[in-house]
Amino acid sequence: MHLSVEDFQAIALTLQLASVTTVLLLLLATPVAWWLAHTHSAWRTPVASLVALPLVLPPTVLGFYLLVALGPNGPIGQFTQWAGWGTLAFSFWGLVLGSVVYSLPFAVQPLVNAFEAMGSRPMEVAATLRASKWDAFFTVAVPLAKPGFVMAAMLSFAHTVGEFGVVLMIGGNIPDKTRVVSTQIYGHVEAMAYSQAHGLAGVMLVFSFVVLLGLSWFNRSAQQRKKVSA
Amino acid sequence: MKSRLMLAVASTLFFVAAQAGEVTVAVAANFTAPMQHIAKAFEQDTGHKAQLAFGATGKFYAQIKNGAPFAVLLAADDETPARLEKEGLAIASTRFTYATGRLALWSKSPNLVDDKGEVLRNNNLNKIGIQKIALADPKLAPYGRAAMEVIHKLGVQDNVVPKLVQGESIGQTYQFVSTENAQLGFVALSQISVDERITQGSAWVVPQSMHAPLKQDAVLLKVGKDNAAAHALLKYLQGDTAKAIITRYGYAL
Repeated sequence: MHLSVEDFQAIALTLQLASVTTVLLLLLATPVAWWLAHTHSAWRTPVASLVALPLVLPPTVLGFYLLVALGPNGPIGQFTQWAGWGTLAFSFWGLVLGSVVYSLPFAVQPLVNAFEAMGSRPMEVAATLRASKWDAFFTVAVPLAKPGFVMAAMLSFAHTVGEFGVVLMIGGNIPDKTRVVSTQIYGHVEAMAYSQAHGLAGVMLVFSFVVLLGLSWFNRSAQQRKKVSA
Repeated sequence: MKSRLMLAVASTLFFVAAQAGEVTVAVAANFTAPMQHIAKAFEQDTGHKAQLAFGATGKFYAQIKNGAPFAVLLAADDETPARLEKEGLAIASTRFTYATGRLALWSKSPNLVDDKGEVLRNNNLNKIGIQKIALADPKLAPYGRAAMEVIHKLGVQDNVVPKLVQGESIGQTYQFVSTENAQLGFVALSQISVDERITQGSAWVVPQSMHAPLKQDAVLLKVGKDNAAAHALLKYLQGDTAKAIITRYGYAL
């Protein structure tokens, strides 16, 4: 198996994209998940459904809407131009935006589960001990929900690495800027360069398997710890 | 007299129905609109039915190699049919060029593109609002390769190459320009014109002398060897009805 310079560029770019996306997603998904886990608002179900949409929509639909929205006449495009950033399609930050939308449910759902499993009791206890809400959140809720955070991060990262349709539609396939591993493999296959495709596809397969294996191990040990402490 | 006529019509219908076959055709995505039109005419004129599958030629190649049930391939290039023939997956000496693609430099904005492509020579494209120029991936799509040739022939690489974004197909390239995420792009004339008129924006129809011809070849595949409808379709594609439709959609013959 030999990978070309361009293959390595694509791998580096993919890791960078997945890292940035994961960090942003955790920042964004935490308040959303907290709200979903605790609210009794009538908006809860519609918002939960909205967050889950990327799970069921084909990436071509997401990519198409994003392409239109990012364009100079789309709402996001108008905003970014007003802010002086130009339009985001075919740029790294355009891909980040697309990936955040695409992987959103994979970050939110594990966090909602973790916050719900925690219940309201720990935060109430913290409040009686006069901890401020923020203090209680960071010193009580976050440590308790740690398995949820780890799972959200791993799933977001892996799902972004495996992203294809959205990137294909808003990326423009620019080497070192928007050409990620999945689109590089697609290019190899379409160009009938099957041996090159095999090299990179093998890397992807092994990576995805290792992530899922790690997740399962982590889940099992987290559950065992729970049993021991209970 | 009347009943005799009826009989004649009825027997003709019966004859046609008895002969009517079905042919599954893999069609290059850029040829979607004209082929739908041709298939309808083909069905009316011959009674045979053409089942159309549209897609990228490279993908069809992989599928045909792996046993896809296509009887005829209308490719987006002339290399894939030749390759299939060499590999024994297509019937020898059934290949012919059914259409020749025309390349166009296109923008959604009216008056941005002049009719000689001089806009590409502008040394300050940013200043006239051109940040991105789209073309199909030259590695994958003949239209992309042709666009690259034109850029080199004009000697405008320095201006243009830093602004290039690639669509995986000519269809996606069209999307990039039509959503104005790219202000300019090399697309297929067939995508932007009806009856020899550009439907919106401004365009330069690139002279065919500036790039290798965009020959799109058809070939009979092994699956269709004894399929009468497949043979009839290939013949029909070379007839006047089909030719008229093909040129109307912005292809040369």
